[in-house]
Amino acid sequence: MTIVAPSGPKGDLDGADSDVPMAITINRGRQDNVFRTLAITAGIVVLVIMGMVGVFLALRGAQALGVAGWGFITTQSWEPDGGNFGIAAVLVGTLLIALVAICVAIPLAIGMALFISEYARGWLKSTLVSLVDLMAAVPSVIYGLWGFFFLQGQMVPIARWISTYFGWIPLFAVDGDDPTDPLSTATVYTSSTFIAGIVVGFMVMPIISSVMREVFSQAPVGEREGAYALGATRWGMIRTVVLPFGRGGMIGGTMLGLGRAMGETIAVFMIISIVFYIQPHLLQNGASSVSSLIALRYGESTALGLSALMAAGLALFLLTLVVNFFASIVVSRSRSGASSDA
Amino acid sequence: MPSVNATKRTVLGVRPDPSVDVPESKVALRKVRRSDIYSALGSLAASLALTGLIFTTLTPFNGAIGFLVVWFVSFVVFYALLTSFDEDAQAVRDRIAGVVIRTLAAIVVGVLVFVIVFTAGKGWEVLVNANFFTQDMSDAGPLDPLIVGGIIHAVVGTLIEIAIALAIVIPLGLAVAVYLTEIPSKFSRIVRTIVEAMTALPSIVAGLFIYATLIMILTKQQSGFAAAMAIGIMMLPIIIRSADVALRLVPGTLKEASYALGSSQWSTVRYVTLPTAKSGLATSIILGTARGIGETSPVLLCAGFTAAMNWNPFEGPMISLPLAVFEFVKSPEPTMIARGFGTAVVLLGLVLVMFVIARYFGGKGPGALSKSQLKARQRHSARDLERITAANEQSTSMSSDRKAQ
Repeated sequence: MTIVAPSGPKGDLDGADSDVPMAITINRGRQDNVFRTLAITAGIVVLVIMGMVGVFLALRGAQALGVAGWGFITTQSWEPDGGNFGIAAVLVGTLLIALVAICVAIPLAIGMALFISEYARGWLKSTLVSLVDLMAAVPSVIYGLWGFFFLQGQMVPIARWISTYFGWIPLFAVDGDDPTDPLSTATVYTSSTFIAGIVVGFMVMPIISSVMREVFSQAPVGEREGAYALGATRWGMIRTVVLPFGRGGMIGGTMLGLGRAMGETIAVFMIISIVFYIQPHLLQNGASSVSSLIALRYGESTALGLSALMAAGLALFLLTLVVNFFASIVVSRSRSGASSDA
Repeated sequence: MPSVNATKRTVLGVRPDPSVDVPESKVALRKVRRSDIYSALGSLAASLALTGLIFTTLTPFNGAIGFLVVWFVSFVVFYALLTSFDEDAQAVRDRIAGVVIRTLAAIVVGVLVFVIVFTAGKGWEVLVNANFFTQDMSDAGPLDPLIVGGIIHAVVGTLIEIAIALAIVIPLGLAVAVYLTEIPSKFSRIVRTIVEAMTALPSIVAGLFIYATLIMILTKQQSGFAAAMAIGIMMLPIIIRSADVALRLVPGTLKEASYALGSSQWSTVRYVTLPTAKSGLATSIILGTARGIGETSPVLLCAGFTAAMNWNPFEGPMISLPLAVFEFVKSPEPTMIARGFGTAVVLLGLVLVMFVIARYFGGKGPGALSKSQLKARQRHSARDLERITAANEQSTSMSSDRKAQ
C-alpha cells in the first residue's frame, strides 16, 4: 500500500510518481447546490428542535430549581406551593418500575428472539417478526386497559404468594397484610410497582426482542457450522456462537428497552396510585413515576408548580437521553451500518 | 447359517445413470423420531396428572397462573428425566433449552393475542350500536345507556391531529433521512446520534415542551394544533431513523451507475434512491403514524378533554381516540367503561389496518417488485425488445438497400 504524503512531489504524467492523486474540483450545478442546502438545513432544523426541548425545559424549570436547590434531588414530597418538593420519590419509583419491566421483558425477549432466529422456519418466521412489530405498535393505553381490568386481578394472588414466602426480603415485604388471615383484603396488593412493571415489560419487550433478533441472525454462518461440525447440539451452538456474538446487541437492546420503560406514561398512570414517598415495597399498593407525576399535576395553576414540573420533566428527559445514547452506541458497535452493495 | 450371512452382506447401491433425469429429493436434516414424540406426550400427561393432583388434593393451591407454572416446571422435569434414559447430558440440555425457548415465544404470542381478544371482547357490545360512530358525547350523561352518544368527535380529532403532524413530519423527516445518507460528514454523524438518542424521548416530555412553549407563551390555550406539534416531535426521530435505515439499504451500485451516466446528485436521489427505497420509506412513515395515533399523554397535556365535536384545530380542546379511552375508563360507570373499551377497539382496528398496509408495502426488500409490478415490467421490456428489433431490422434493411444501390 502506498501512502501519498500531501506535500509530496507533483505528479508527473510520464514519471514514476504518477500515482499521486489528481486534485479533483467538483463543479456542482445550481440544482445540486439547492438540494444540498435544503438537506443540510433540514438537518440543522431537526437538531435545533431537539436541542430546544432540553433548553426550554431547563429555562422553564430554572425558577423551581432555584427555589429548591439541591433539595430537588433529595426531597421526597411534592408540595411546590409550600416550597417543599423534590424528585427523590418519583425518580426511585420510575427506576423501580423500569427494573421490574426489564426483569419481565429480558427472558421473554431473549426467548422470542432466539426462537425467531434459530428455531422458526419459513412462514412462521416472517409471521412472528410481524407479530413482534405489531406488539410494539399497539398503543400504550390499550396495554393499560388490559393491565388494569385483567392482569391486576390475576396478579394479586401471585403477589400475595410472593410476599408470604419471600416477605423477609425487603423489596417483597408488604405492610398491612396478614397472610394468615383469610379475610384480609386484597386491595393492599393492587396498583403496585409490580403490576405496573409487568405491563410496561410487555410493552418494551418487542423493542428489545427486535434488536436481539437482528444481532442473533448476524452471527457468522462459518462459526455456526463449525460448532455443528464439532458435534454441538442446537443449544450448544446457540450458547457458544450465537449468544457470545450477540452480547453487544443484547446489552444495547436491553438499555433501549430501559429508556422506553422509564418514559412510559399512560399505562403506568392508569395502574398505579401515586404516592410521594420512596416506596421500596414492590408488591404494595402505591407507586410513583416522574411521567405520572407530570400527567397528574400539569393543571397546576401556580407558576412555581408548573416550573417544578418542567424541572421534573427535564430530569426524566436527561435520564432517558443518557440511557438511550449509550444504548445506541453499544448497538451500533455490534452491527455494521455501512451501505450494502448488491 | 447362510441366511443370516446373506443378509449381512454389503450391497453397493447402483449409481444412477447421469443421463437419466432423476428428480432430486431433499434430504431431511432433522428427523423427528417416534421416541421423541412419545417422551414429549408422556411427560405432558404425567405433568398434567401431577399438577392436577397437587392442586386438587395435596395442597390448598389455586389460581390459573400458578397452575400453569407448576405444570410447566413439572413438564420440564419429566421431559428431562425421560430424555435422559436414552440420550446423553448434552442432548438433554438441548431439549430443555428448546422447550424453554418455545414456551417463552408462545407466552409472547399468547399475550399479544390475548390483549387484542380481551379488548375486542369487552368492546363488542358497544360497537353494535350505530350511534357510537355517528354521535359525540355532548348529549350523553354518565348514566345514559349505550344507545346515546358516540366517539365521532374523537375520531375527527385524531384524524385532524395526525394529519397536521404528518404534514410537517413527512417532508422534514424524509429530508433529514436523505441528508444523513447522501451527504455524510462530521455534522451529519452528530445529527444521526442525536436523532437516535431522541427516539426514546418520552412522549410526555414532548407534550410538556409544547405546553411550555407554544401554549404558555403563544396561544395561551389548549388546541389540537399544539397536540399535533407534540405528536410530531415524538414521531420525527422515529420516522427519521427508520427512513435512514431504509435508504441505507439501497444498493450502492445503483447509485454509482446513476453517477456514471452523468446524472447530478439531486437527480440520482430523485430518480434512483427514493424510488428504490419507496416501500421501506412508506413502511417507516406508516409505522411512525401508528405510534403517533396511539399516543395519549401529549394529547392529554396539549389538547385537553372535550365531549363535543371541535373542527377547529387552532381553538379549544380537541380530544383524540386514546385520550377518549383514558377518560372513559376513569369513570366508575359500567356503561362508560364499556364505551372506553369500544373506543379502544376502534383505535386498535385503526392501528391494525395501518400495520397491515405497512406490511403489504414493506414486506419486500429495496427495489423488489410485487407480482403485478413484475408483470408490468416484463410487458414493458417485451415492448422495448420489439421496438428495438424492429428498429434494427429497419436500419439493416436500409443499409442493405444502400449497399444494393
